[in-house]
Amino acid sequence: MPSYTLDINNTKYTVDVDQQMPLLWVIRDFAGLTGTKFGCGIAQCGACTVHIDGAPVRSCSFPVTGAVGKKITTIEGISANIDHAVQKAWIEHQVPQCGYCQSGQIMAAVALLKRNPKPTDPDIDTAMQGILCRCGTYQRIKNAIHRAAELI
Amino acid sequence: MRNLPTYQKCNTPRCRINLVFYKPILESLLIIIQIRNKIREFGFFKTSQSSIMQQNTSTIDRRKFLKLSGITGTGFLIGMNHSLANKIVTQNFLSGAETYEFTPLINIEKSGAITIFNTRPEIGQGTWQSVPSMIAEELEVSLDMVNIVQTGGQKKYGPTQWVGGSSSVRGSYGELRKTGASTREMLQKAAATLWNVPFEECYAENARIFHKPSGKSAGYGELAEAASKLEVPSSPKLKDPKDFKMLGKATPRPDVPLKSSGRAIFGIDASTPGMVYASIERCPVMGSKLVSFDDAATKNIKGVLQVVKSERIVGIYRYETIAVIAENYWAALQGRKALKVIWDYQGRQTFNSKNFETKLRSMASEEGLLDHSQGDFEKSFSSAPIKLESFYETPFVSHSPIEPMNCLASWTAGNKVEIWTSTQVPGDVVTGTAKEFSIPEENVTLHTLFNGGAFGRRLINDYIYEAVDISKKIKKPVKVIWTREDDTQQGPFRPLTFSAMKAGLSADGKAIAFQHKVIAPSLEATLDKSHDKTKVNKTMTEAISEQKYEIPNMKNSYVAAEFDMPLLYWRAVTSTTLAFAHECFIDEMAVKAKKDPLDYRIEMIKKNSDAEKVLRKLKEVSQWNKALPAGWGRGVAQYEFFAGLCGQVVEVSKKGKGIKIEKVYAVIDMGTVVNPDTVKGQVEGAIVMAISAAIKTGITFDKGQTVQTNFHNNPILRINEMPVVEVHIIADGGEVIKGAGEPGLPPLAPALCNAIFAATGKRIKRLPFDINNI
Repeated sequence: MPSYTLDINNTKYTVDVDQQMPLLWVIRDFAGLTGTKFGCGIAQCGACTVHIDGAPVRSCSFPVTGAVGKKITTIEGISANIDHAVQKAWIEHQVPQCGYCQSGQIMAAVALLKRNPKPTDPDIDTAMQGILCRCGTYQRIKNAIHRAAELI
Repeated sequence: MRNLPTYQKCNTPRCRINLVFYKPILESLLIIIQIRNKIREFGFFKTSQSSIMQQNTSTIDRRKFLKLSGITGTGFLIGMNHSLANKIVTQNFLSGAETYEFTPLINIEKSGAITIFNTRPEIGQGTWQSVPSMIAEELEVSLDMVNIVQTGGQKKYGPTQWVGGSSSVRGSYGELRKTGASTREMLQKAAATLWNVPFEECYAENARIFHKPSGKSAGYGELAEAASKLEVPSSPKLKDPKDFKMLGKATPRPDVPLKSSGRAIFGIDASTPGMVYASIERCPVMGSKLVSFDDAATKNIKGVLQVVKSERIVGIYRYETIAVIAENYWAALQGRKALKVIWDYQGRQTFNSKNFETKLRSMASEEGLLDHSQGDFEKSFSSAPIKLESFYETPFVSHSPIEPMNCLASWTAGNKVEIWTSTQVPGDVVTGTAKEFSIPEENVTLHTLFNGGAFGRRLINDYIYEAVDISKKIKKPVKVIWTREDDTQQGPFRPLTFSAMKAGLSADGKAIAFQHKVIAPSLEATLDKSHDKTKVNKTMTEAISEQKYEIPNMKNSYVAAEFDMPLLYWRAVTSTTLAFAHECFIDEMAVKAKKDPLDYRIEMIKKNSDAEKVLRKLKEVSQWNKALPAGWGRGVAQYEFFAGLCGQVVEVSKKGKGIKIEKVYAVIDMGTVVNPDTVKGQVEGAIVMAISAAIKTGITFDKGQTVQTNFHNNPILRINEMPVVEVHIIADGGEVIKGAGEPGLPPLAPALCNAIFAATGKRIKRLPFDINNI
């Protein structure tokens, strides 16, 4: 069984797993970081979105081998005190309902704002359409992203 | 949803299959299902096995966290204290002798720590805030001063440990305010006695009692011991609503920071020492019999520990299943894919939606069971100068909460079981598990965690019982996680309904005769073996006879269709399909009468009713009479049912061959509102869910199983399809409180289709429809 060292939120984890194991299960079941969620397993819902070198990826369909030597950031890694601009905007707009998809939503929003600090509504639609919300918080997500753009 | 606890007492012997009209004509077929070939099932990767060498972790230690909170024995605890620089803290409250219980729902420690127990599970509807706030308001504490603890079905917390039917706030409002006020009076009395001053000279504020003349004060913690020994006042003085600090105001939800940081713990996140994982193979043709299975390849996969037969108990059904147990979830999935299973489909593989729907259409001519009759429908219809008839169709749909079904169960010596899960019904999980496994209720310990969506799906315990059963068999704590494919294929589903509509109008367009005949399978027949099929099933005719339109001659009825798979309540239940037929048909009547559809409704609706109020408000806020751009159209609908009342106006525009939903105006009638921002969020979300149900694929069957398997072929609305939603709340006070979670769904589909008619002249009579090709 191969051994891999992963950098998750600036902490090194060495795991001994099958090379095909999706990053999601390494993050959840081995690193014990449960903020990243399982929703569909086929990159359709985006609940598992994390950053690899700053870019959003669907960790349920991303093999662990692809993440070696790169910086992995999960929802737990974007701030220590829930004070990232996106989180502040999420709280101000009371975005989450059940909250299960919101880690993925926030990770996608953080990545969007990093490369596009003032996104338009169509920009938001394009960047965020991969993340499903069954509770239907989309309107608040859109408003909160505009608010986060002001806060950054 | 309203009569929750009665339906899932399924201690029946294995259910006999009785497929009346799709009775098998072929011999039962034996087919080997090669799970391995179904690549889509779980993604794109293969076997794995692993162990971990963890170096360090900078996050909360979940295991320690769970263990710690488990010590209290009073429910799982997620505490948050805003005073600590917005830092999430986890603490072990109720630690011992210094804690005083005022009612089972309020504890105050000598240190001043206050705990409010929330009996209503948080499923996204905001009960984590709304329910404790009703206590806190009267107790004179703010929510950032208290720890909120979710109860786990313990007897002492009473019968309200469930959520459904948009009932949490309206079902607790008076009771919980009284609970908070009683405790406040006890603390005030203790202070008055301590200071030897009149009770009336004291008042409560910010968790302290003050003596007004002298200005001296004492914290609740200091008074707790003396106060807890006093008699609980039976009729404490409640606050005047004009003095409310929280109730009726947009108050932030304490779960929002947890859910914006990955710190909220859902059922799927639970863990306990020694835990193993399971993935369960269930036949996609529900009701099949397990003939045999070959697990040789499964057992060769590293990490797989064992394979056991289990059972899924869902409603009146008991389905045979095979559980693959492994050291980690990924290995369990790989092991499951490697199983070779032979099922006997019992003839069920011939069932398909096309034939089922044809059958339903043919049943429209049946008389059915009478739901409601007034005047003489037959006579008035046959003599009416203007007649209309129409037929409307809707689909099965899945609940599809993004958190798949899951449960961690640990069966230990002495027939005790500990359960961590997401559920709408903690009380029923405890009593149901005790009954199903023949153990005393005291032997069941439940940790109710945040629900990653529920929408009715987590009203039943099928996914819990299977985890308990497996843990009992393997003698280890086991976490069962369903795949999205399991969730999509295994139901239970919201039933479809077909509606045969008739109306007779006078020469001047006034409605004089009306009929709504529902043809549908009975939801409750699949949940309750004692369901009486000779009586009309009110769930399947939900509210069609309770709309406030004053039509002198009416006859509504129900034709029951046979359907032999699990069905279940879905958010807003059958109103989500019946309102489509009902309110589109009212629109057809308005068109025939050559009247404005909104004015036609107002003319017909009972004067001074809440429904009239909603329609008038809608007319105002949507600027109904203002001209729209060319190619646009607007439509209206309202529906009043057990959960409450909401009306909507939808504006659409033509976009090439399709339609764009531009804007939705919603007016929800609440009576009294606890958190208006939460109510608005609920209506916004309900509209999204209703749009998905109207324009996405729904669930269809072929070869005895669902055609849909995952979000790629059972899609839900995405952000780029989201219209602007504007929600208005009518909250004019009074005794009656209406629900918030569900009423936003029913009016959407009819208002949308009425708008499409206004824009294009095309009348949509079947859901779902392709909005990109009208």
